[in-house]
Amino acid sequence: MSEEITAVADHHHDDIPKGLSRWLFTTNHKDIGTLYLWFSFMMFIIGGAMALVIRAELFQPGLQLVNPHFFNQMTTVHALVMIFGAVMPGFVGFANWLVPLMIGAPDMALPRMNNWSFWLLPFAGMLLIGSLFVPGGGPAAGWTIYPPLSIQTGMGMDLTIFAIHILGMSSILGSINIIATILNMRAPGMTLMKMPLFVWTWMITAFLLLAAMPVLAGAVTMLLTDRHFGTHFFDAAGGGDPLMFQHIFWFFGHPEVYILILPAFGMISAIIPTFARKPLFGYTSMVFATASIAFLSFIVWAHHMYTVGMPLSGELFFMYATMLIAIPTGVKIFNWLATMWRGSMTFETPMLYAISAVALFTVGGLTGVMMAITPADFQYHDTYFIVAHFHYVIFCGSVLSMFGAVYFWLPKWTGHMYNETLGKWHFWLTVIAFNVTFFPQHFLGFAGMPRRIPDYAQQFTEFNMVSSIGAFVLGFSQILLLINVVRTIKAGQPASDQVWEGAEGLEWTLPSPTPYHTFVTPPKVS
Amino acid sequence: MSGDHGTYYLPDPTKWPVITSMGLFLLALGFTLNIHSVAPGPWVMLVGALVIVVMMFSWFGQVAGESEAGRYGHQVDTSFRMGMGWFIFSEVMFFAAFFGALFYARIFSVPWLAGDEVLWPGYEGGWPTAGPTGANYIGPDAHEPAAGQFSSIGALGVPLLNTVLLLASSVTVTIAHWALKAQQRGRLAFWLLVSVVLGFAFLYFQVGEYMEAYQHLGLTLGSGVYGATFFMLTGFHGFHVTVGAITLTVILVRCLRGHFSPDNHFGFEGAAWYWHFVDTVWVGLFIFVYIL
Repeated sequence: MSEEITAVADHHHDDIPKGLSRWLFTTNHKDIGTLYLWFSFMMFIIGGAMALVIRAELFQPGLQLVNPHFFNQMTTVHALVMIFGAVMPGFVGFANWLVPLMIGAPDMALPRMNNWSFWLLPFAGMLLIGSLFVPGGGPAAGWTIYPPLSIQTGMGMDLTIFAIHILGMSSILGSINIIATILNMRAPGMTLMKMPLFVWTWMITAFLLLAAMPVLAGAVTMLLTDRHFGTHFFDAAGGGDPLMFQHIFWFFGHPEVYILILPAFGMISAIIPTFARKPLFGYTSMVFATASIAFLSFIVWAHHMYTVGMPLSGELFFMYATMLIAIPTGVKIFNWLATMWRGSMTFETPMLYAISAVALFTVGGLTGVMMAITPADFQYHDTYFIVAHFHYVIFCGSVLSMFGAVYFWLPKWTGHMYNETLGKWHFWLTVIAFNVTFFPQHFLGFAGMPRRIPDYAQQFTEFNMVSSIGAFVLGFSQILLLINVVRTIKAGQPASDQVWEGAEGLEWTLPSPTPYHTFVTPPKVS
Repeated sequence: MSGDHGTYYLPDPTKWPVITSMGLFLLALGFTLNIHSVAPGPWVMLVGALVIVVMMFSWFGQVAGESEAGRYGHQVDTSFRMGMGWFIFSEVMFFAAFFGALFYARIFSVPWLAGDEVLWPGYEGGWPTAGPTGANYIGPDAHEPAAGQFSSIGALGVPLLNTVLLLASSVTVTIAHWALKAQQRGRLAFWLLVSVVLGFAFLYFQVGEYMEAYQHLGLTLGSGVYGATFFMLTGFHGFHVTVGAITLTVILVRCLRGHFSPDNHFGFEGAAWYWHFVDTVWVGLFIFVYIL
């Protein structure tokens, strides 16, 4: 491909379009990345507000603020908004901004489709959040929308089903674009095994999305026909089985979990070497570990369903397969530790986030191993233990990494340094408040407090109060991020081209801020 | 600016994606309102569908125009090919969900229900089945079953014919492709036309089969898990055949207008790949839905 990679921009590409139409009609990967990231932040705030409704209600036992039906809508929509609205679009935003810069491409491979992948999201978001305002309210069956409960609820569930279809389309189109970009648009000399790990992890994530999202589309389509068109997929009276939904759902759902974490591994693998001033330890093993995690993600789904009454052989298979995942994940953790070992480390905000992501993700990973043990899971299943577990994994693994990545690449994107003091305040408040919120939930779960219930027995009161206070601090701390980002964009000290002393990779060879079009002539990678 | 050999074409800003998203939004919203019998539902759906149709003419037309103007180099062509290939992969996974449902019902849920002596002691399972409370199955092609009974469509009648039609159309598309590469435009148009006719013939027989099922066999979408998997699998396949046949028709029109060259005909190949995919899914359907 090398001789034909030079790009040609159309004549009016050199001026940046102005006004609203720039954002509506853009085909520029940086604009689209920015749109994704702001959308993601907006959804993060909306989903966070729903979490605060949940935590406010759970501050004391009894029913205080909201009725149970609305509480159930909050737990459901909070999860859907955070997963499909905040974390996934956030990662796609980073992919849009960074993948072309990291591989020396002029843009994404299919720029018009790139715009479409983004603009599907706000409309899907309107359907999903709008469902809260229709008669009968939003979906209230938990984000896993298991039948028969999800068969019985009102119009809000149908809007949610269509929202999931459109969100899935967006993910599939985005993934196709990312794969085509990575496989087809690399600069001469940028061989696969020279790609930054963020590019690798995203390529594998894109593959997971392509394999998993259509399965979810199929599952919710069956729900829709069971609800309105008389089919009996999930109805035992007609020869179907509600458990079948759980199998199909989790065949999507478990790869989805890794979709939510693998790009974060790529981010951590960029940040830690920079601030340890050492190359990443074990690059090749990182690539293979990522691929192994992706493969294993397709054969462990039923560990979400240990208590449904599977045959013993099934429980054993899924238990061992699940535990296997700890091996490639452990490889990654040890590689990051080895990268830091004897490095000349400094602790700017991105590094603090990366290190805390590794440490706290490990906590979530270890509780994951606990729950992989089938007999033990019978105790933890559907308690606050699982709530604590997946918030350690997704908030600490994914969201903290993304925060770190924002601080890490923002100077490159905007040409301005963020405020380090404010960044550190944001970091410490977030990490401490997070642990105050979620660490007690482990104890609540052990003691038997079920998830998704608006009321609880009195002995759970203290831990719930602590958790709720932590949640409010955590939520309002995010204002610091917003202030810092806006201030960085508007003003702030100019950033150098390399930005960080130890930063390596093609994106750091570009000027800060990055020009509207980059690598129009591909760089040579030695 | 021309897309000379050695350049990657970066398109100008475009209004179609956001308009398409709006169309899909209206389609979804209208469909939901429709299901719940809220008055403007059908109109909202109609507007959404029209937006999408207009978009297809405009957006795809623009891409076809750019392609014919020689703006796409070899590398853009590769991006399109990868895009189409991975899109088809995602479609395979969509069908996999429904095949998974079929296998799950046949291997697990129906035998489990048949083995259950508490809830439905008299239920014997078997396949096809409409479940413990559904109608009784009385064998294939049994016309006008009594109330509480249903029949199914035997594999050797229309389904076998349809298999032959679709497999033949895959062959004719390939012959058309050879003709395109050999610059034999007449043969290209003829064999492509044959493929399109075969595709629509398939759909004609499929619709007839559905009418037969509903009117004379007592087999409906509500016929338990058999009816659900039968109609959803064949229905989504039929929808894909419709899309594929329309796509091939568009490609035929483009061929007649002199589009495509032996080196530059991704549009043709993308449609052909899609057609082969639809064909392959049918083979799976014929085996697992009709024969076994």
